Amino acid sequence: MAVDINLPAPPSPDRPASTPSGRIRLKLGIVTWLALLLAIGLMLAALFAPLLAPYDPFDPATLDLLDGMMPPMQPSAFTEKTFLFGTDNQGRDVFSSILYGSRVSLTVAFAATFLSLAIGVSAGLVSGYAGGVTDAVIMRVADAQLTFPTILIALLVFGIAQGLVPAAEQESAAVWILIFAIGFSNWPQFARTVRGATLVEKRRDYVAAARLIGVSPARILVTHILPNLAGPVLVIATIGLALAVIEEATLSYLGVGVPPTRPSLGTLIRIGQQFLFSGEWWILAFPAATLVLLALSVNLLGDRLRDALNPRLRDGRR
Amino acid sequence: MTQHKNDPVLSISNLTVEFPTASGAFKAVDGISLDIAKGEVLGVIGESGAGKSMTGAAVTGLIDRPGRISSGEIRLNGERIDGFSEAALRTVRGRRIGTVFQDPLVSLNPLYTIGRQLIETIRAHLPLKAKAARARAIELLREVGIGEAERRVDAYPHQFSGGMRQRVVIALAIAADPELLIADEPTSALDVSVQAQIVALLKSLCEKRGLAVLLITHDMGVIAEIADRVAVMNRGRIVETGPVADIVRNPREDYTRGLIAAIPSIHSKSTRPVLTGADHLVRVENIRQNFELPGGFSFPLLRRLSPVRHITAVDDVSFSIGEGQTFALVGESGSGKSTIARIVAGLLRPQTGRVAVGGRRMGESNAPAVGGAVQMVFQDPYASLNPRWRIGDIIAEPIRRLGLGQNRAEIDRQVAELLERVRLEPQARHRYPHEFSGGQRQRIAIARALSSRPRFIVCDEPTSALDVSVQAQVLDLMASLQAEFGLTYLLISHNLAVVRQMADRVGVLKGGVLVEEGAVEQVFERPQHAYTKMLLAAAPDIREAFRRREVGPGRDLTTIGGEETLPLEAG
Repeated sequence: MAVDINLPAPPSPDRPASTPSGRIRLKLGIVTWLALLLAIGLMLAALFAPLLAPYDPFDPATLDLLDGMMPPMQPSAFTEKTFLFGTDNQGRDVFSSILYGSRVSLTVAFAATFLSLAIGVSAGLVSGYAGGVTDAVIMRVADAQLTFPTILIALLVFGIAQGLVPAAEQESAAVWILIFAIGFSNWPQFARTVRGATLVEKRRDYVAAARLIGVSPARILVTHILPNLAGPVLVIATIGLALAVIEEATLSYLGVGVPPTRPSLGTLIRIGQQFLFSGEWWILAFPAATLVLLALSVNLLGDRLRDALNPRLRDGRR
Repeated sequence: MTQHKNDPVLSISNLTVEFPTASGAFKAVDGISLDIAKGEVLGVIGESGAGKSMTGAAVTGLIDRPGRISSGEIRLNGERIDGFSEAALRTVRGRRIGTVFQDPLVSLNPLYTIGRQLIETIRAHLPLKAKAARARAIELLREVGIGEAERRVDAYPHQFSGGMRQRVVIALAIAADPELLIADEPTSALDVSVQAQIVALLKSLCEKRGLAVLLITHDMGVIAEIADRVAVMNRGRIVETGPVADIVRNPREDYTRGLIAAIPSIHSKSTRPVLTGADHLVRVENIRQNFELPGGFSFPLLRRLSPVRHITAVDDVSFSIGEGQTFALVGESGSGKSTIARIVAGLLRPQTGRVAVGGRRMGESNAPAVGGAVQMVFQDPYASLNPRWRIGDIIAEPIRRLGLGQNRAEIDRQVAELLERVRLEPQARHRYPHEFSGGQRQRIAIARALSSRPRFIVCDEPTSALDVSVQAQVLDLMASLQAEFGLTYLLISHNLAVVRQMADRVGVLKGGVLVEEGAVEQVFERPQHAYTKMLLAAAPDIREAFRRREVGPGRDLTTIGGEETLPLEAG
């Protein structure tokens, strides 16, 4: 993940005009470093799950019911295997399940964020640049959607989409529907941010200079305005990613997300909570901790990025 | 000048202000020393980045972190104030040092009446009861030249014009009867006519109250008008100090000489040849533009139902520009100059009237400019270049867009040639706008304007964001390009000296109406309209200021422009 962002130095008429480089150096504090390492670590672990996982939790052949409910780090009396985070009731290794589960969670979260980004950025750009009726219609739709909790929207979209998909394909389509539901429920925030930034940028004279030579609005939006929105878009995308991870977990926890045959972190938590009161805490605790760490580290990075891109907070400028 | 006491009110010796940067400490102020006596106005002049504002900030202890005073002393009436704690500084600021900043709009709180703000300031520093403080507030307003002070003390800042707001800010600054007044660019945000009044007010306050004034400005005209002595700053150092007349007439240092030579004067006759019989390239006929004021329903369909107020920005303006000539539009803020510039460039469609360039009417097709024949140079060189694009791409965009270059090498050659034309290294094309200074950026903007091979360029305040020495370079460049390519310019400016130097014909705008139009020499030598005469009289000018000073202090500048009127209530 690159943290060098090439942004123009803000105009400061009373300072020497040219700084050696427009790059912003993120001064990373210890918390940010930890968050960065954790986020990258979790993402890499999810990416290379098949290589890292000691067992394949989805291969019934390798499962042994006798290994069920093993506490962490205790060698099994029957198969002599040791499980880092213990096993669940079917003898599945919790550690491996978490690796595979993060994979599903992150795939859904990344794809959903990409979708909200695509919808939100296009809507925001058009809304901000066109103004008038177009702007009013787009923003009122966004406002209306914002009045409902995102999870409600996602549930609604999920329900409708599942109704449209034939029963036989529901299981394979579930991930796609989930991505669409989460992605669609989050676009208004993106649209609002992008619209605001577009309103500022479109008044700048470089846009007028492009209009003078007859550059089309679409081209102005894509080649002139969009690059200048990279900063704010990057920030909301990062924070949106953390939100999408949590939203996916919530949906899966409620049982409307991915099917139990390909469990995500949310599904694992749902399964785990059934055993909490009978003393098998590890089945719930480890997936839950992973989810918390993942969401927290990505969110911290988003906050730090936002502060770094905010010239007012960057240094003691006048 | 009034009587001098022996020790100066403000004495700065060897002051250095440092900012730590990655490449070592940057000295914003580098070992300067200056004294101001009671009743004296010391002008500090310099270009942006010279460290003049930083000097003012050091005196009031308002240097932002991580900057700090690394050496030197600041004494106020003999008492050393530079090491003061924040609490001790608060007893100095406002009470002993009054401050006037550039923008009166941000210096006043829009939510409180000016009376409340004055009373608050007075009572913070002086042991007065509410009633006595109010009486003093009214007295102060009267002193700074606000008529009907009893009534206006209860008005809000938005009910005042810019000049009157600045008067209120000055009243706030002198509320506690300070020994020293720091005025940081007090007139730079104001129109010329108002500027002259504020300058006169500062001068009279200084004489009446025996105030010591540290006047920080980039405008030599203002210095010539009121300062007794002047310190010329460059790159954190004082280049030269002395009585104003000496410095202006016989500058000793090269830097000062260059600075003074670069200031255009409204009295230097135009050196442009008188062109007659040129064909009219640009015709502007009866254009009119109204703008809606905010208010009413914001939803477009409902907006028609709500009463929305309009202002007329441009009211039936017609003029034409001969090929190869420069037509200048002058006027104060709000006179509609920039709106006309945008209409003529085709960025804005006039509600009525027509604009034709080279016989072709603008605004009929979707392409605003007729195939790149009309270009524009904007005021703010920081906003007119896309910060994410390389200089080469910025200049090449019109060439690519209009198909003026066949292949990459051909386009590259044109870009390099254009950069050389505006006296920049061809290598500049690989860099980004933020790596250039304001003047360099403005030259890049000119190169971009030239790249579509226009016949006509609209220049909207092309030099008002630049320092005087840079302004001179840019104006020179514009003039030589005009001679070389036979360009036609529409020059929008509030600076009359620039207009006299650059233009062939000039139009004077007031409230969207073209009140006077004619050849430059004719308008400057024999102005017909009262407003034009007022503008010319109010323009700060070094020579004129000295002439006035020598005639004697009898002339009261506050009468220029007549009585200021209270603008529309809740405008």
